[in-house]
Amino acid sequence: MLVLFFIISLAAAFLIAMFGRKSKLFCHLTSILATLSLFLLSLYALYLVNKSGVIVYNIGGWIPPLGICLVLDGFSAFMLLVLNFISFIVAIYALAYMEKYTDKYRFYCLFMCMITGMNGVILAGDIFNLFVCLEIASVASYALVAFGTEAEELEAAFKYIVMGAIAASFILLGIGLLYAYTSTLNMADISLAIAHKGFNTVILLVSVLFIAGFGTKSALVPFHGWLPDAHSSAPAAVSAMLSGVLIKVLGIYSLVRIFFNIFGVNQIILMILAILGAISILVGAILAIGQWDLKRLLAYSSISQIGYVILSLSLATPLGILGGLFHLFNHSVFKSLLFLNSGAIEYATGCRNLKEMGGLKEKMPITANTSWIASLSISGIPPFSGFWSKLLIIIACVQANRIGLALIAVAGSIITLAYFMKVQKVIFYGKLNPAFDKIKEVPVSMRLAMIVLAVLCLLGGILFIPRILVYFLKPAVSVLLLGTNYAFTVLGGVL
Amino acid sequence: MVDSNKKEEIGMSFMVKTVTRLTAVVILLFGIYIVLHGHISPGGGFAGGLIIALSFVQVMIAFGKDIALRKLSEAKAAVLESVGGLLFLTIAALGFLGGHFLINFFASKGRPFTLFSAGTIPFYNIAIAIKVAVGLFSIFIVLVILKRAKKEE
Repeated sequence: MLVLFFIISLAAAFLIAMFGRKSKLFCHLTSILATLSLFLLSLYALYLVNKSGVIVYNIGGWIPPLGICLVLDGFSAFMLLVLNFISFIVAIYALAYMEKYTDKYRFYCLFMCMITGMNGVILAGDIFNLFVCLEIASVASYALVAFGTEAEELEAAFKYIVMGAIAASFILLGIGLLYAYTSTLNMADISLAIAHKGFNTVILLVSVLFIAGFGTKSALVPFHGWLPDAHSSAPAAVSAMLSGVLIKVLGIYSLVRIFFNIFGVNQIILMILAILGAISILVGAILAIGQWDLKRLLAYSSISQIGYVILSLSLATPLGILGGLFHLFNHSVFKSLLFLNSGAIEYATGCRNLKEMGGLKEKMPITANTSWIASLSISGIPPFSGFWSKLLIIIACVQANRIGLALIAVAGSIITLAYFMKVQKVIFYGKLNPAFDKIKEVPVSMRLAMIVLAVLCLLGGILFIPRILVYFLKPAVSVLLLGTNYAFTVLGGVL
Repeated sequence: MVDSNKKEEIGMSFMVKTVTRLTAVVILLFGIYIVLHGHISPGGGFAGGLIIALSFVQVMIAFGKDIALRKLSEAKAAVLESVGGLLFLTIAALGFLGGHFLINFFASKGRPFTLFSAGTIPFYNIAIAIKVAVGLFSIFIVLVILKRAKKEE
């Protein structure tokens, strides 16, 4: 069943490349059907994990340390659900939004390639396939960032390619050293070999390489240079994917999987991650305040929110991990929604500069209301989803006796509230710019996508009901808490 | 004689054209040989595909863009590339017949070290070769077209 995640997305990509040029309908149908079926499959995967625990699929029938295997555990199932849900929503949104670009079928082809890569990263059971899938997703995203082919987009894409390639070479170097040291590429087997040989300077060097490499992919602060450019110049549907899932799957998922499940929890690494997270929160939030380009502001805000996730995960307490993963889910919902809103505004008005807008609430009520919900949610106002996850993160910090980190989290939240209030005030209230007198609300498919995400923002708190929590988040948390026991669960049948 | 030839004076000199006429087919055949023997000798789908693409590239360098594109147009190349990818995926999915994705599902794999001795692997090689050959050729076409567009500006 696990290979279906590859087969469906890859086949959709090739079919669209083949027939999409002739018929737009085919292209729409294939992409919607493919993303919908991936979403349903990931729901089924979550059900399977809850029912029967870890699932290992041996490709070609070769047993794990020898052959390639795919692993589905609680954490993978959780990430798969987040990824495929957001990609389904974005595919619906793109139906209308991408109309203004020529060669729409190329967008869908690259989009499906990106989804293939990300599904691969999540399911990969060996570290080299993780790298290959990471590159598939990255290369597709480079092309998607450059999709508009204007000077600004090409510059952003070039910057992204250079930084992405440096990150990839760090990761590859790390994998090479790890392979030389442990003589295996299977993640579970590496974990056993390290447990056997002990934690020494080689592993420390590899850890540094991985933090730099995956840190760049997830845009933690010293490595964040590519993100504001890439996210602000890509088409909005792509920015929503990049910010909503790509940086989480390529960056956070791989980082956490490697440091929690393969290397084992280590205080030095956790300290480094906590500091990086704290810096990201503050720097991202402070840089966001001064922005007058809507998408650039959202991009800086992504850096800040990723800081929260990393900070919370680096506490390595049950509550910290729960808070981090919950915030990861919430962030992917409301940040995608905000990027879709920005796309809707750009679609209607044709501009992104905050200074030229104002009074759009009457013209675009749905965009205004959904964006209001997302803004409140990301700033952590009580009934919305963002509040619960931020609350959990702050409580976890206090519980772990890290009052300083808790204060930073609170401060970051207040700054977030400040700049989203600015966005709301400047775009939707005040006087209408006479140039925008004739604009209309966006088409149905874009409205539908935004409404679904807004409802999820409202209902985010529901995930706190114990039954749903046990089903949805607990398996993921317990995988990370198990740490290096991951090896035994994966190789269980073989050893 | 010279005047009548002037119209066809596209591409490189007469000598290069003659040598290309002789070698292009040989290079193509060599590429196909490398692909088909991928499982028993060095090389395989990728290397063979590269050589096949090079034979087309040679034709394009010697005779000019239009003649090479008459043999394999851009649209055809784009479709063929997807065909290569889909072919690989289909063979891999056919592995479900043997119980697993990507499994080598032929019951009898033949005598070792002969041409038909590896089950599905030659088919994978062919799929990869199509994809690589067409992919490389299209990259070359794009570079040529891009340069032309710049010149016209």
